[in-house]
Parts: sequence; structure tokens; C-alpha cells
Amino acid sequence: MSKSNKDKEGDVPTTGHSWDGIQELDNPMPRWWLWTFYACILFSLIYVILFPAVPLLKAATPGLLGYSTRAEVEKDIQKFADANADLIAKLEAVELTPEAVMADADLYNYAVQGGGAVFRTYCAQCHGAGAGGVQAQGYPSLLDDDWLWGGALEDIYYTATHGIRNEDDPDARWSEMPAFGDDYLSPEEIAQVVQYVRLISGQEHDAALASSGETVFLDNCAACHTEEGTGDRMVGAPNLTDAIWLYGGDVETLTETVTYARFGVMPTHAERLSEAERRAVAVYVHQLGGGE
Amino acid sequence: MSDYVKIAVYGAVAVFAAIAASYARDMAFQVHAVIVMLVGAGLLLMTLRGLGRVKPAHDDGYMDDVVRAGVIATCFWGVVGFSAGTFIASQLAFPSLNFEWAQGYANFGRLRPLHTSAVIFAFGGNALIATSFYVVQRTSAARLWGGNTAWFVFWGYQLFIVLAASGYLLGATQSKEYAEPEWYVDAWLTVVWMAYLAVFLGTIVRRKEPHIYVANWFYLSFIVTVAMLHLVNNLSVPVSIFGSKSVQVFAGVQDAMTQWWYGHNAVGFFLTAGFLGMMYYFVPKQAERPVYSYKLSIIHFWALIFLYIWAGPHHLHYTALPDWAGTLGMVFSIMLWMPSWGGMINGLMTLSGAWDKLRTDPIIRMMVVSVGFYGMSTFEGPVMAIRSVNSLSHYTDWTIGHVHSGALGWNGMITFGALYFLAPRLWNKERLYSLTLVSWHFWLATIGIVLYAASMWVSGIMEGLMWREVDAQGFLVNSFADTVAAKFPMYVVRALGGGLYVTGGLIMCYNIWKTATSAPAKSPASVAAPAE
Repeated sequence: MSKSNKDKEGDVPTTGHSWDGIQELDNPMPRWWLWTFYACILFSLIYVILFPAVPLLKAATPGLLGYSTRAEVEKDIQKFADANADLIAKLEAVELTPEAVMADADLYNYAVQGGGAVFRTYCAQCHGAGAGGVQAQGYPSLLDDDWLWGGALEDIYYTATHGIRNEDDPDARWSEMPAFGDDYLSPEEIAQVVQYVRLISGQEHDAALASSGETVFLDNCAACHTEEGTGDRMVGAPNLTDAIWLYGGDVETLTETVTYARFGVMPTHAERLSEAERRAVAVYVHQLGGGE
Repeated sequence: MSDYVKIAVYGAVAVFAAIAASYARDMAFQVHAVIVMLVGAGLLLMTLRGLGRVKPAHDDGYMDDVVRAGVIATCFWGVVGFSAGTFIASQLAFPSLNFEWAQGYANFGRLRPLHTSAVIFAFGGNALIATSFYVVQRTSAARLWGGNTAWFVFWGYQLFIVLAASGYLLGATQSKEYAEPEWYVDAWLTVVWMAYLAVFLGTIVRRKEPHIYVANWFYLSFIVTVAMLHLVNNLSVPVSIFGSKSVQVFAGVQDAMTQWWYGHNAVGFFLTAGFLGMMYYFVPKQAERPVYSYKLSIIHFWALIFLYIWAGPHHLHYTALPDWAGTLGMVFSIMLWMPSWGGMINGLMTLSGAWDKLRTDPIIRMMVVSVGFYGMSTFEGPVMAIRSVNSLSHYTDWTIGHVHSGALGWNGMITFGALYFLAPRLWNKERLYSLTLVSWHFWLATIGIVLYAASMWVSGIMEGLMWREVDAQGFLVNSFADTVAAKFPMYVVRALGGGLYVTGGLIMCYNIWKTATSAPAKSPASVAAPAE
């Protein structure tokens, strides 16, 4: 085929090539296409001058606008920090009762939302993202009204601040259950008292063992858990008569608890979190369902 | 290769695979070793049975058997991949479809890479290999180079697909998107791909036409670049020679950058350049029109392959990747807009003067819609690469919608068009079994894509806005679970769109099957052969 070959219906010549019957017209590139392509290149050049772009030996060119994604985020965070400064001051000063905190709707929203953020960052590892706890490991659920150390806003704030049974904070809540399997009780007595705890918590039990277990309980356990077994918040002794268990209410777990005791630890947050953050997380936990 | 050498090689493969199976450290490796052992033993038996039999005389015509096999494989893997996609789309809408009894095998996490690999590499890859073998022979007027090497490429590639897919279900994955197969599967693909390159390049070298047709430039750039991407992104050290686990050579942000350099160019060279090769042959053939502009094809080809390779960092905006790299990824994506559109213009303008065929020829209609979706998604891509747009779109369903308007619209439709073009020619028939069924396929697929893309745009933008919504004090308004719940209706619509697309694919399989088996045969005089 020669160069002079014309497309059948138009005036545009073909390039003269033919592959399996396919020819190519010698149309120019559409002008709008070419100019848009140039415009995109021009835009890109300008953008490269304005924004961080060209890697050099030690750092990349910063661009005339001095833009950086990290600086943008910091700016955003700072904007809200400034806007919330008044609320933070108010939260630090407010009396820690639900009524006082809820009296100011903005303050309450800030405490609950901000406390939620603190909770998901610092507390969720043990208590779960939904605050439901992990029974197998003795991390209590914070959704119910069964409190070990107290469910008033002040109590929650104190626990969140100082923690439980940690060596780092002299004000940490403290108590220690003895391991009754060491010297105090024989395996038979432990089996009896376990059946007694099953009885007072309304579960299936061996009546004979349970009745002998009552004496064991009164002699050894009642000092902390009270004679009725309803627990004592002063020493963080759980209520044994309800269906809520820190480690589990089955025979095997109860036997383990009585034999070896439990020593659940919660770290201090006195220094890790600011005053406002600790107050906020207390408000958040308080409103989850069981606050008193 | 003499039969005795073959017997020795197949036997050795079977024995080594048996040893590997017995020492295997994990189930995926063991299953794969058993598969390889069976393949080796099967080939050994075949060769033994064929010993001493007279080989059929050498055929000088075009080598179309392997293309026919490729068409069948494309249809098969297409339906598998579309079905897997529809199923996992339904799992997202109705999580109870992650059946308890199939946990660890058929839950979303295992099936998702199965879907992506099945559609991209099994469906798309077979379509590319089959059409490239067909196109390079016709446009070079030469038989495929390398004799049975083309068959090795075909079967080797199927083995790669089977190993990759079964590996995903059994948990063997490098956790790199679109590069999930483990080290030994990667190594096998490398061998197959080198053979593919040799066959393709060898055929071009022995061409009888003075020039190389534009479709072959695109196919060749696809084969060469994919080889490079595959090798670099899969650099890893196996933990054990008898286990599937391996450790990546790159770490941290370098690994992320390598991965998205690979991932983006898998889109650029597999799904764009390769399929443009397909477009440049089948559109002018079906329209019976010359290509619109030779100049445009040159400029947009070189611009496309030069610019595409730099655009990967736009997948990593707002991450540990330095800002400068993000800027470069963004501007190269923007400059890529027009070079991508060059292919669309050449495709659509080639049809000028043949627009009337849109009314009568559903295959042309498919090709036009395909090129249209190509134009749309190659515009959407640069827009989404802009940093501020990306801050809304990234990690949302918008990305999924974008990918699927390209994959279902562009890659799917152009492949269907090519398969409908090929079927009567490959099986030497007068025409397709039924154009009405092609019309049905066209409408089901088009409506399916529209449902899919529209629902994902709505869902993606809604999700992006919900994620970034903060109250006056700067706290997030929505939890992640809120956004998931809000997406439910869109997920149902998306699954429905997928269902329509699969149905269209099944209709195509039936139509091509009937074309091969019961359409009227063509008169024998007009069978194509290479020019002498």
C-alpha cells in the first residue's frame, strides 16, 4: 500500500501500513487532547514547586507553601484543643457528682466523649472496647451495677487514678485474699466452702457439703465477704450472692480461687493521664450503666 | 526434547514432589506438593503411552489450538471469579454467610484474594495470553514461535492459578495485595512468564510485516513490565525449603512502597496496557474501520508507559510514606490522565463512520461501553489520586467502586467482545450461535456494572463523610460499626449487580459453547493461514 492511500470515506490518508487488514489513519492528535495534556504537565510542575516533592541528599524540597501532612494534623488537633480549653478548666474544677457534671450539657458531652476516647486508648486492653470485661482473666465488666470498690463517681475516679494492688502508687486500693490452700484449709474444707458459696449464690450444690461449709465460711471468709457473703467495698471483697463473677462461679474456678487466692492488679494512672482525662474517664464509666 | 529426556524430567519432578510432600511443614505446601506430584506423574504416563507413536506432521498454519484452550479457560475462570466476587459481596451484606463449618477456609478473608486473583490473573490473564497469541500471529503473519512452548505457557499458567487459589484457601499468603502467592508459586510463575515472553517476542521477531502493530507494543510492554514488577515485589526468603512461609526482603514503609509500586502497575500494565493491546486489534477488526490516529497511538503509548510507573505512591497518601513521594505519585497520576484517554479516543474515533453498527451489532456495543468505562475510570483515578480527594476516598468503598467500574466495565466488556469475535473464527463457524444472547449478556452486564458502581460511590462517599464527621468539640460522631450498618442497603445492591454480571457471564459461556458445537460451519476455502 502506498502513502497516498486515502480512507474510503474521508480525506485523511492512511499511514500505508496494513496488518491483517487493519490500517491506520494519519489523523493529527486532537488539539484539545494535546492542550489538556500540556495543562496537566504545567499544573504538575507548579504543584511540585509549591509542595514537598524532590528528594535531595538530606531532605526533600519543602515546597513554597511549607505544607506537610503532619503539620496539618497538628494544626487540626490544636484547633480543637484551643476551642476546648475552657471545658477542660471547668472539668478540672467541677464537683465530682453526676448532677454537677450533667448540669452543663457541653461539659457533660466533653467528659463522656473525651472519657470514651481515653477509655479506648488506656482501659480497653483489659476491660474490652465495650467495657464488658474478660471474666476468665478477672477483668471486671464495667457495665453492671456490681462494684468491687464503689460505683459512685468519686469512687470510680479514685480507682481510675490510683489503680488497684500496684506497687507504684502508695494510694492504690489494697487488700489481699489469703491462699487458703497453703495452711489454712484442708482440701475437704475447701470443697465444703465451695459448695456453700454455690448455695448462697443460688446455684446447684451438694447440700451435705454446703452445710458443713457454712462453718468454714463464717470462720474464714466472713471477715471480708461478710456473714451473708454480700462482700465489702472497703476491702474490695466481691459480693458472692449474686450471679456476677469476677473469675467464675463454677466448682473448678471457685476451688482454684479459694485454694490459691486471687490478686488482680490495675495500674496507676495518676501520672499517665491528666486530671481532666481521669475525671472524664470516670464520667464515661459512670454513665455506662452501673453508676451510682 | 526427546521423549527420554521428558520421561527423566517428569519422573524427577514427581519424585521430588513426593519427597517435598512427605517433609512438608504445613498443609498448603503439602497439598501443593501432591498436586505437582500428580501433574508430574500424569505427564510421565502420557509420555510413556505415546512412546514410539508417530508424531503428527508439523503444522504450518496459525497455532490456534492454544488460543481455543485459552478462550475456554477465560470463560471458565471468568465465571469462577465473578461467582466468588458475588459470594463475598453477599458475605459483606449478610455476615452469616461466613459459615461456621467453613471457618478458616471459606470466610471472607480467605475468599477475597481468591476472587481478586481469579478475576485479574485467571480471567484477565488467560484472556490476555489467548488474545495476544491470536493477535501477534495475525498481525505478524507468522506462526507462534517455539512450537509447544505456547502450550507450556498455557498449562503452566493454569497450574499457577490452581496453586495460588488453593494456597489462599489453605492460608498460604504473603499478605501482599494482588501478590499473595507464596515464594515457590512466584518462582513457578516467573518460569512460565519468561516462556510467555519468549514465545511472544520470538513471534514478533519472525514476523513478515515490516512494522510492529500497535497492539503488540502494548502486549509487549505488559509482558515485560509485569515480569519486572513480579520479580521485585516478590523478593523474599523462604523460612524452609519444605514450607510455604517466607519473609519479605523489604520492611516497613519500603515494603509498602514496593507493594504499591507493584500494585498500581499491575493495574497499569496488566489491566490497562495489556487490554489496550486487545482493544487495538479487536475494535478495528469488529468495526472494519482503520485506527483513528497513528500519531496519537505512538504518543499515548510512550506517555502512558513512562508516566504509569511513577504513580504508585498515591496509594499511600497520609501514611508513613514521606510527603514528597506522595506529591510525585499524585502529579504523575494527573499527567497520566490524557495519555490514558489517548486509548479511549483512538478506540471511539475508530468507530466514527461505523456508528450505525451500534444499533445492529451488540459486540460493537460492548466494545463501546468498555472503552467508555475505560475513559471514566482513567479520569476517576487521577481525581482520586489528588491528596485532598484521597483523604475522603481512601479506605472507603469508593475505591472498590472505582476498581470495579474499570474491571467489570473496561476489562470485562472488552474481553467479552474479543471472545465473541474469536469464537466463530476459532471454531471455524459462519457466525455466533446467537446475537440475541449477546444482547442479553450486554444488558445484564451493563446494568450490573451500573448497580455496582453507583452503590459503591454512594456507600464510599457516605462512609468517608461519616468517618471524618466530628462534633463541635472535635470528637468523632460515628463509630465504625455505625458506618457498617449504614452501608447495608448499598451492599445488597452491589451483590445484586454482581449477580447480574455472573448471569451474563453464564449466558456467554452457553453461547460460546453452542457456537463451537452447533453453529453452521464456515466453507473450508476461507481458513486463515500465515502469509508466505
